[in-house]
Amino acid sequence: MNGKGFPLHIPKSRVYVFVWLSLVVLTATTVAVARLHLTRYAVLTAIFIASTKSGLVVTFFMHLKEEPLILKAMLFIALFALTLIVLLTFSDVWFRYQ
Amino acid sequence: MNPADSVSTESFYKAKGRYGGIFSWILSTDHKRIGLMYLTAILTFFFIGVALGVLMRINLISPGRFISERAYNSLFTIHGVIQIFLFIIPGIPASFGNFFLPILIGAKDVAFPRINLMSWWLYVTGGILIILSIFIGGGAPDTGWTFYAPYSIRTTANISLALFGVILLGFSSIFTGLNFITTIHRLRAPGMKMFRMPLFCWSLYATAWTQVLATPVLAITLMLLILERFFAIGFFEPNLGGDPIMFEHMFWIYSHPAVYIMILPAMGIVTEIFPVFAKRTIFGYKAIAFSSLGIAFFGYLVWGHHMFTSGMSDTSRIIFSLITFLVAVPTGVKVFNWIATLYKGSIQLDSPLIFSLTFIFLFSIAGLTGLMIGTLSLNLYLHGTYFIVGHFHYTMFGGAGFGFFAGLHYWFPKMFGRMYHEKTAKVSWFIMFVGFNVLYFSMFILGMQGMPRRYFQYLPRFHTNHVISTVGSWILAVGLILMFGNFIRALFKGEKAPMNPWGGKTLEWQIPSPPPEGNFETIPVIDRGPYNYD
Amino acid sequence: MSEPKEIAVRHRVDYTGAKMGMWIFLFTEVLFFGGLFLLYSVFRSKYTLAFHDSAKELDIFLGTANTVILLTSSMMMALSILFVRKGEKASSILCQGITIFLGLVFLCNKYIEWSAHIRHGIYPDSPLLLQMSRGKIIFFSLYYVMTGLHGLHVLIGVCVISGTLLFTARGKIYRDDFVKLENTGLYWHFVDIVWIYLFPLFYLIT
Repeated sequence: MNGKGFPLHIPKSRVYVFVWLSLVVLTATTVAVARLHLTRYAVLTAIFIASTKSGLVVTFFMHLKEEPLILKAMLFIALFALTLIVLLTFSDVWFRYQ
Repeated sequence: MNPADSVSTESFYKAKGRYGGIFSWILSTDHKRIGLMYLTAILTFFFIGVALGVLMRINLISPGRFISERAYNSLFTIHGVIQIFLFIIPGIPASFGNFFLPILIGAKDVAFPRINLMSWWLYVTGGILIILSIFIGGGAPDTGWTFYAPYSIRTTANISLALFGVILLGFSSIFTGLNFITTIHRLRAPGMKMFRMPLFCWSLYATAWTQVLATPVLAITLMLLILERFFAIGFFEPNLGGDPIMFEHMFWIYSHPAVYIMILPAMGIVTEIFPVFAKRTIFGYKAIAFSSLGIAFFGYLVWGHHMFTSGMSDTSRIIFSLITFLVAVPTGVKVFNWIATLYKGSIQLDSPLIFSLTFIFLFSIAGLTGLMIGTLSLNLYLHGTYFIVGHFHYTMFGGAGFGFFAGLHYWFPKMFGRMYHEKTAKVSWFIMFVGFNVLYFSMFILGMQGMPRRYFQYLPRFHTNHVISTVGSWILAVGLILMFGNFIRALFKGEKAPMNPWGGKTLEWQIPSPPPEGNFETIPVIDRGPYNYD
Repeated sequence: MSEPKEIAVRHRVDYTGAKMGMWIFLFTEVLFFGGLFLLYSVFRSKYTLAFHDSAKELDIFLGTANTVILLTSSMMMALSILFVRKGEKASSILCQGITIFLGLVFLCNKYIEWSAHIRHGIYPDSPLLLQMSRGKIIFFSLYYVMTGLHGLHVLIGVCVISGTLLFTARGKIYRDDFVKLENTGLYWHFVDIVWIYLFPLFYLIT
């Protein structure tokens, strides 16, 4: 990158195609797994697969891999904030809805 | 001055842009003009809010004589909405932040000047909608500024319009935060490392992250409330399987960090003032910078302390109470560092310093009472009483408000090129100080005696303290009028201000009063910290 | 080969700054949708069975198709930027056009799904729905609000990409200044990611 962050490296199109294929495969996987009736683990598995897919989109399609560390840190902060909010809310809901 | 020079030293008021007349202001992308437009709007709304507060206090010396019950409910609702969403939250970041952030870091403007202008327009539109909601249709909102469900779903008042106004204000705030974060990361002058920035910038940075990460939760919550009023969505409606406590969660997930949006910039202002008026460098620069981030972080995790009596689980109540105690620590760090900065300094007791010292005093009372109500057991008794009202007025008005006034007295010469009358400033301060404490300290007593908040009328035993409190509001109002009268007079008749009336070391004092368009003839190169007094 | 004037453009525009602004905006969107996902998870833990039952009324085929449609459109957006950077204007315009087309197909599918539900009397505030169990009411409220808000974002994306397509055609977005397209791509990928989570949480929890 130059001083203003103009990206000098041009990715190859096959990267995007590979990522797309992986995403489609993961989609098929998540549909198939849903039929397995994992009950308690169903949601966790679905979230896990969805997060993997999102990770691929963020890293390759959104070019986060090539971005400076500060941007990656910012994303982490935002996701961390959301996680804490959910966890703290559940410290109420989980014990109240029983 | 060579007229061929591309950057003039003429003040920015005289700069010629693409538009003329009023459009040269309301369509301007110059951060200084935007900052002043915000300042004008913010102070206008502040005084409307004050007027509503005075009316409330008038009711409370003689309940029902001048004001009906329904009107009273609307009074405290609109008073809260205006003072919180239109005055204190945008307050310092939108006015002083916009005006001074680029100058303090050696930049010509913010990262996204057009988005900055859009933020102002969102603010004005939101404000107009809120004022409109008072007058049209079903009547002014009467739910309290907290809009708790299910009453906010069922009341026939003009809730949706007011909520939509607040949502627009939220977006205004979000875009300001976005702008400031990018500005601080990308536009610092050469040599201006993060740890050479003035600490006001650090406070704006921490505030900006809070604006960006907390406000969207409010936006979605209020949007859902609007949807709920039109379609039976049910999320917060118990009859449809919803949970009103979830409304409280989502509301306070924003509204608690919001109070840190209010106070962090005020702390930043007084942090700027102490070194200058003690002629000493700030004590513990990094501690203050990190404590701002710490307050923002912990402040994100304590919202449940507004809900201790709501019916939340015991587990969560204990957790929230514990974290609430923790957030006092970084605040304490700041107070000790400010005092240490003053210690053995060459004290210049001018109005900016007096207001800053008052900030410490009032905010300490606020913080200590905050610890009291953060204590779970005490909260069960004090929740919903005047004790809370006293506490948050000490924080928001005594803290953020007086911090704002300190900033006004400090930066007035720079923004307007004029000096106000110092003695009048001190007299107005004194009157406000007396009025403030009479008005709000009596509320702590009322609260401990059991007087509930938002009540239109009360048992006879509370009468005396209510009268005392109302008299305090009149004294405070006189002080406010005197203070602003001093400023207004100075705008027209004040002495011309020099470039550096206070002997400050930060960048705004190295450029003319008022600054030229583009701020700097050449972008400075920084080779030292911001408070280098030896 | 870039002319000196073009290289000057690359140094004038602050790419990192422009992208940083867009990313921060996306963080606000994360928290915005995050509030809804929070409500979803809270009510799902409360009404687990009702959510299981209600999800059966959603069409897995359409949902999966929509997922693949959006994933493909994301790839198309990424490719469109690539082509601009290589100076292949026509290919970029084609990819942006396909993205718009796929976005519209997504919205058509949504329309088909929604009208099917509405025909069966299931929509917010409908007399039929109000007679159902609390959990079912909440499920469908979440369904309509979350997929509705997402669909609105898809629509906005389609409009913005129409704009970038025009800019690309007119040469305002080109090899040395394409940050507008990059930021639009970021927005579109975000919209894709929201659906990546919505899909299993509504369609696959039977």
